[in-house]
Amino acid sequence: MNRFLLPLAGFALLLAVLLVGLARAPQKSILPSPLIGKPVPQFTLPNLFDNTGQVSSDSLKGHWSLVNVWGTWCVECRAEHEVLLQIKQEARVPIIGIDWKDQNEDALTWLEQLGNPYERVGTDRDGRVAIDWGVYGAPESFLISPAGTVVYKHIGAMTPQVWQREFLPRVAAGPGA
Amino acid sequence: MKPARALLCAALACAALAGGGAALAVDTTPALPTPALQQRYYELTHELRCMQCQSEALADSSVGLAADLRVQVRELLLAGDSDDQIRDHMVARYGEFILFRPRMIWRNAWLWGAPTLLMLIGGLVGWRVLRARARLVDSEEAGSSGESLEP
Repeated sequence: MNRFLLPLAGFALLLAVLLVGLARAPQKSILPSPLIGKPVPQFTLPNLFDNTGQVSSDSLKGHWSLVNVWGTWCVECRAEHEVLLQIKQEARVPIIGIDWKDQNEDALTWLEQLGNPYERVGTDRDGRVAIDWGVYGAPESFLISPAGTVVYKHIGAMTPQVWQREFLPRVAAGPGA
Repeated sequence: MKPARALLCAALACAALAGGGAALAVDTTPALPTPALQQRYYELTHELRCMQCQSEALADSSVGLAADLRVQVRELLLAGDSDDQIRDHMVARYGEFILFRPRMIWRNAWLWGAPTLLMLIGGLVGWRVLRARARLVDSEEAGSSGESLEP
């Protein structure tokens, strides 16, 4: 009896490790961002609505903001668009868009047809700013504190549940570090 | 018979060439000016992960983001960054996960240490089993030699 105890314990341990791994597998594709708790990556991008204007990281200081990386080629972005419009209507957190690897005409048409939830939109045509933000799959949404710190990141389409469960409580908790 | 075989060979050659062409077309980043830099570019793009496809290296991925990251690796190499600086640049943006080969840092100690630890445990168990078996053989031999004395 005793000589089976050790192998059996080993087997049980292995089983537990594998089961935990299996249970966690679906979240594996969503990776933690190393940017959380760090100052926003600096950027200056051309303004989508005004060729002469610019959208920069400086405009994120002094108030909470939601930075949303999107593109007209991105299916999930269309899925979340309605939610972004609702967030705009709430008027608590302004949304800054980063239009990633897209065409100006396409982006303008998209916003004209579906409505514009963004306060400003910067156009990232070569994808450099998106790389600095560690973006790997649009849409991605970042919550930025008034101090200009990245507080939270959501990968994938924004939903009312995610907005209410993950974003709003952080805003309500007051200005983070 | 012969023309058929020639035709088959030609078809196979065409297929091989077409396949090779497709594989080469993935990385369209311009070559670096020196072979040494090109070699480092080759190694870096093979040890950095494509974040969108996750099990492919930057070098092998046809995804747009991988192409952008390859361009960035090239530019950092041209700017004179060391391999470690380029790895740090990527890790600062995408996290440790972008490295196919985990770094030797304390946070990864369990990862690097576990195989050694398991080998030691395995070795210890093996050694004890062998010793126990050897003892068994000894006593058996003693028993059989006792038997052989009898006529």
